[in-house]
Parts: sequence; structure tokens; C-alpha cells
Amino acid sequence: MTKRKGLATWQEITTGCVVFDPGSASEYHTGSWRAQRPVWDNQKCIKCGICYIFCPEGCVQQSEDGFFQANMDYCKGCGICAHECWPRAIAMVEEG
Amino acid sequence: MAKRIGMEVAVAVAEAVGQCDIDMAAVYPITPQSHIAEHLSDLVADGKINAEFVTVESEHSAMSAVIGASGTGARVYTATSSQGLMLMHELLPIASGMRLPIVMGIANRAVSGPLNILNDHSDIMPQRDSGWISLFAENGQEAIDLSIQAFKIAEHKDVQLPVCVNIDGFQLTHMVEPLEFPDQELVNKFLPTRVPYATLHPAKPVTMGAFSMSDYFTEIMKAKDEALKNSKKVILEVWDEWAKMFGRSYKPVETYKAEDADILMLTMGSMGETAEMAIDGLRAKGVKAGLIKLRLWRPFPFAEIKAVVKNAKKLIVTDRAVSFGGPGGPVFSEIKSALYAEIQRPAIYNYIIGLGGRDVTVPDFVHMFEKVIADKANKAVDTYEFWGVRE
Ligand code: SF4
Ligand code: SF4
Repeated sequence: MTKRKGLATWQEITTGCVVFDPGSASEYHTGSWRAQRPVWDNQKCIKCGICYIFCPEGCVQQSEDGFFQANMDYCKGCGICAHECWPRAIAMVEEG
Repeated sequence: MAKRIGMEVAVAVAEAVGQCDIDMAAVYPITPQSHIAEHLSDLVADGKINAEFVTVESEHSAMSAVIGASGTGARVYTATSSQGLMLMHELLPIASGMRLPIVMGIANRAVSGPLNILNDHSDIMPQRDSGWISLFAENGQEAIDLSIQAFKIAEHKDVQLPVCVNIDGFQLTHMVEPLEFPDQELVNKFLPTRVPYATLHPAKPVTMGAFSMSDYFTEIMKAKDEALKNSKKVILEVWDEWAKMFGRSYKPVETYKAEDADILMLTMGSMGETAEMAIDGLRAKGVKAGLIKLRLWRPFPFAEIKAVVKNAKKLIVTDRAVSFGGPGGPVFSEIKSALYAEIQRPAIYNYIIGLGGRDVTVPDFVHMFEKVIADKANKAVDTYEFWGVRE
């Protein structure tokens, strides 16, 4: 799946869908079906890290400046980060 | 030629599996399969075969254990029946989806409720779409032969799919039949060591059973369907090789006096032999009756079915299971869809027979033929009837 551009055809699927490259799960971008995305407002953020801890996907990352953001390749748009962020620094915005 | 010995068929199936150099078996006992489990564990305990027999607490665990073991590259076997197969149901498409060449013996038995321990095909029918190759044995010899062949078919590089061998519970499993065991050296030649496409091993990590979203799921299902359809070619090759090595030939669709028959009957499993006796009786009276015996249930042998029925005027399909609220028995539905586009096809009748172990005798089969012959206006065509139901 990793050695070509675009998605594999049925003929290219490995027997039994075995993944032969260890540690390649990150190459499978699982956030494609997200309906909403989290948008951070760093004016309100107090850098408590609650969003980082609660994200069930583990896709919230801390930037060098100490603020947080989600990796949109894996974010499912579940809204848990926004729900848990008590200063209300995260807004869920409809995906276009 | 090897000498024939008298043996109970379930025990013989375990003996035959013991000839296949299995590495591991996990079998949970259930009537009428238990003698397979017992005898296989005896073979291991007595040191007659060098395999691991994993005792498990349920059929769900038995199937899970063989899936894991098969993933390591081991040659594995399991067997079950009825409720046990229903409990395995969840795992069957996983085994086929992971393309693991597991071999399973099924001592076919009615599913509850009400609780019934006797033979019909209501356990295998709900597994129809699970992606397994499904073979039906008609007698003890076939049960042995198919069990050995199953490993070769399953493990073939162009197949890599699980195979189940259906053996009618009691009617076959508990019969003592004269059986010919293939010579061990020939079996070793016929069945080389498994070459897995991947193995679970810490030295070379792979992921089996990974997650897939809608972006890949369709392609994966298509690949599995193609693999199952393509397996027929390998099944035919394996049967050819078997015939050359052991002198017994196998076909996806067997026939008995069918070539010139006006009226055909189709059976699957052990009832074929009883139906043959009915046909002999009818032939003696001048009725051009014949029999079709379906050995390969999945992949379904469409071309072979079309070829054998094309000159018949009427076809009686017997089913050993009910598709409640459906168009008739499951085999009937399949045969009808196989023949739908044919310009020349027989009028098809369906009798649901032998449910929960009810005996179907030679006179019963004769009566089915007579009833269909008497239906001159084809009134009962495309309908189904519960044979012998009290009303
Ligand atoms: S939970 Fe809210 S306040 Fe805390 S770090 Fe995340 S965005 Fe900032
Ligand atoms: S929306 Fe859900 S998946 Fe996305 S960053 Fe927030 S918690 Fe994680």
C-alpha cells in the first residue's frame, strides 16, 4: 500500500491483507471520514494538556510554543478534545 | 492397493487427519463430532502423531486457537457440529479473510431450537457466505479422502483459504464402514509441507488482521471472492492427482444414471446412496430417473450443474435445511439461480427432507419421483414442500 501513488486495486491487495512493513500503520490515514474538525483558539488556551490526554486517537500534539494542535491525518472529529477543554479553547467546525 | 478395514467413520476421520502431519489441533467435543476430538487427542497422547492438541473451553476458542496457530505457519485442524459451529460463526469470515488454510470437519447436525442432536444441514447453511471452501462427503471413504485432500487444497499457493468437510452426523460419523486408508508414504508425497505466505514470528514482524476502512474494504472483499472462485481450478487439479495416486476420482458434481434421464434428483451428503437405490427401482420399472450429487457447495459449481441438467425435463432438489420465509431450501435457491438464464432448463421442484434426523427411506425417494411425475401440469414447479410433514 505504501509503494504506489493512490489506493491499491483489488489485485494489489496482499494475500490475507498481511502488512509486511512493521510500524507502517501511520501511513494509513484514518481521518478521511471526519465530519467536523477541532480548531484551537490559542488566546483562550492555558496549555493544560487535557486535550492531549483525552484524545482517543493520540493525534493531539504539542508544538514548540507549548500550544496544541491535532494531526488531521488521523483526527476523527469526535469532539472529545473540545468537550473536555474547560476554558473552551477548541471549537468543532464543519468540514467543507 | 491398501487393505480395507472396518472402522467407525468419525474415528477414521481422526486417523486420516493423523496421516496429514498436522502441527496442532484444537477441537471441542460436541455430539456427534466428539469421536473425532477423542480419537485425535488419543493419537497425540499416545505419541502416534507429533502434534499439539490444545484443549479449549469452547468452539469459539477452538477456532480462535487454530486461527492463531495457522498464522504462525502451522498445519492445523479442528472439527465441530451444530451449536459449536454457530459459536464459531463470528470467526469463520476472519479465518477466510486472513486466508488461513485451516481444515475443519463438520459432523452436520440440526441447530436448536428445539434442541436436537441428529443430522441435517441447518448448521452449515448459515455459514454459506463466510468465505470457506465447503465439501460434502457421501460415505465414510469420501470423509477420509476429502479430509486429506482438504489440506492440499487449503494450502495451495493459489488458494490459501480454509476448507470445511461436511460429514453427516450419525448417518456417517457413527457408521462402521469398510474403509481403505491411503498408504502413509503416498500421503507424504501427496501432501508436502505447508509453505505459508507469511508467518507470525518475532524475527520478521508482520501484521495480520489489520483494520480497514471503506477506502479498502471493497477491494479486499473482491480479492477474497476471486480467491474462492479461483480455488475451483485447484480443487479439480487436486482431485485429478488424487485419482492418479489413489485410484478414487472426485468431481464437483457426481451423477448416477443421469446421462439419459428425463427426471433428475439432486442430493448433497449421505442421502445420495439411498436415493441411488430408489433410482435403481424406478429404472427397473422403466422410469428414466437419475441422480446428481453435489460434492462442492462452495465455490458453487455453476458450469457443472448446467451441463448435467440440460437434457432433463424435471429436477427435484432436496434440501436438508430451511430458509425460513425464503424462496425454498438453500440448495434449491442456488440451483434456480444457476439455471435462471438457461433457455433450456428443467422444471424444478423442492423437497425439504430429513430434518433433525428424520429418516428418509428408499420408498420416500421413489414417492418423491412419482409425485413429481404425476404433476403433469407443472403446478408444483418452483414451490417447496416439507416432505412427510403431518397435517
Ligand atoms: S484542553 Fe484546552 S486549554 Fe487545555 S491545552 Fe487543550 S486546548 Fe489548551
Ligand atoms: S476531535 Fe477527537 S480525534 Fe480529533 S483531536 Fe479532538 S479528540 Fe482527537
